[in-house]
Amino acid sequence: MSPEPHATTPVATPGKPPGQRGEDVIHNIGYRNYDGPRLGRGYARTSLFEQSLRGAYGLGRSAKSKVLPMLLFAVMCVPAAIVVAVTVFTKAKEMPVHYNEYVILMQPVIGVYIAAMAPQAVSLDLRFRVVPLYFSRPIERGDYVGAKYAALSAAIFVFTATSVLILYVGALLAKLDFGDETKGFALGLVCCLVFSVLHGGIALTVAAATPRRGFGVAAIIAVLTIPYMLVSALQGIVASQDNTSAIGWLGLASPGSLVDGLQSKLLGGDNAFPRGEDLTAAQTSAYALLTVVLIAGTYALLLRRYRKAGL
Amino acid sequence: MFNKTVARLTYKALLGRRRALLLCALPLLLIVVAVAVRLLGDVDDDVTKQLLGGFAMATIVPLIGVVAGTGAIGPEIDDGSVVYLLAKPARRSSIVVTKLLVAIGVTVVFSAVPTFVAGYVLNGDSQQIASAYAVAAAAASVAYSALFLLLGTVSRHAVVIGLVYALIWEALFGNLVPGARELSVQQWALTLAQKVGGSGAGITSEVGTATGVTLLVVATVGGAWYASRRLRAFTLAGEE
Repeated sequence: MSPEPHATTPVATPGKPPGQRGEDVIHNIGYRNYDGPRLGRGYARTSLFEQSLRGAYGLGRSAKSKVLPMLLFAVMCVPAAIVVAVTVFTKAKEMPVHYNEYVILMQPVIGVYIAAMAPQAVSLDLRFRVVPLYFSRPIERGDYVGAKYAALSAAIFVFTATSVLILYVGALLAKLDFGDETKGFALGLVCCLVFSVLHGGIALTVAAATPRRGFGVAAIIAVLTIPYMLVSALQGIVASQDNTSAIGWLGLASPGSLVDGLQSKLLGGDNAFPRGEDLTAAQTSAYALLTVVLIAGTYALLLRRYRKAGL
Repeated sequence: MFNKTVARLTYKALLGRRRALLLCALPLLLIVVAVAVRLLGDVDDDVTKQLLGGFAMATIVPLIGVVAGTGAIGPEIDDGSVVYLLAKPARRSSIVVTKLLVAIGVTVVFSAVPTFVAGYVLNGDSQQIASAYAVAAAAASVAYSALFLLLGTVSRHAVVIGLVYALIWEALFGNLVPGARELSVQQWALTLAQKVGGSGAGITSEVGTATGVTLLVVATVGGAWYASRRLRAFTLAGEE
């Protein structure tokens, strides 16, 4: 359906009695055509983005669906507030936890949030077979995928960046060095952004593969957590064998350690790898390349998934 | 107390279709990793302990427990077919006990056996490390099965709650808050590993042996009892 009103077709205007349209009309029961403004593709895209983003926090949904996201949001923010309180009252010279480190440290909580919210964004559309209805509107495949991808990434970004913001405000309240803290905060936001886009893409790709919510939740947790646990265990082993370069290469194998390595090298944090050593130049480029490939790859896979909308 | 038909149905539900795929993939991953580590460098007892303790006991065993424990009863309650089972002249408690036994059997086979194989591949059971962790995995499987079976009868979101327990409680809080470790099935089961392992193995647990075993038994029996109680007072869930 095109966004313009159908100017060329005969329109039964309100004033005329029915039955005055073209001769080809067999039975005119006087329905009027819509001739108001049509908001078009861009509006539909923004609405889809907005609704999905609100849905990821349970806003505009039943009270029951607000419980889990809000609870997890609290679990994510309360430790940050505690860290701030400790810093202010002990008059420490710097925060006990750095901005980037906090995000990496809280990964299990973020993982559960992503796993709960990604299937809710796409699996339910598949399960109740409403995807064809979306595509009967002016939006196209790219709009749907783009809006959902952006909405989930934005939801994760809000989820992580809020606690980073709490840490920053706390640092200013504790009268830590303004320049240092502002720089750390800005880099922390970039870290959140990379984290959100990468994890949002992976989670959506997994969730879009199944119309069943429970299965999607389990699959996303498995995809995000098992590799991370495995990588941590293997890095520990490799570190005890004094094979330091392998630690960095192993970090490529899970999304969590990928972001961890990347932020330690490029965004001025410390990584949680066993030896805490920085990546080499070759490793850094491999990390950056893999991140870009994963983000682009998951987007392409999602586009491919929705090529046949009939499911 | 053991109902053959219920056992057969549960067994089919657990090892049918995609669930079986997940159940096979996890142990396979563990063994592949063990082989890879073995081929990469020299493996001593510490490395074996790191892999079995940090990956097998901490990740694989709870996940298998979640999949098998909730899978034994959850889907039936979800799609409503449990009504046909409950309408048969079989005691509710015997239904729960049968389902629990099948879930325990599946979990032990898919977690303890691969743990032993992985340990054996790594260091050939020196200091009885492989057997120690296999025993611990088996004991943990029993408790996990009972707990997650109970969860399956209590909530529709059993899988999510189970995963939250396994990953957030045992992995995250277990690392940050020392007290949380005493309330974890994994630590209770490790007391057995401590007993079985050789003196040089140095496997440690947060709780004493007597406490650990008692808590394991309490968790298992209590879980089974409450699950059968839930099933006896079963009300049909309406639409969400």
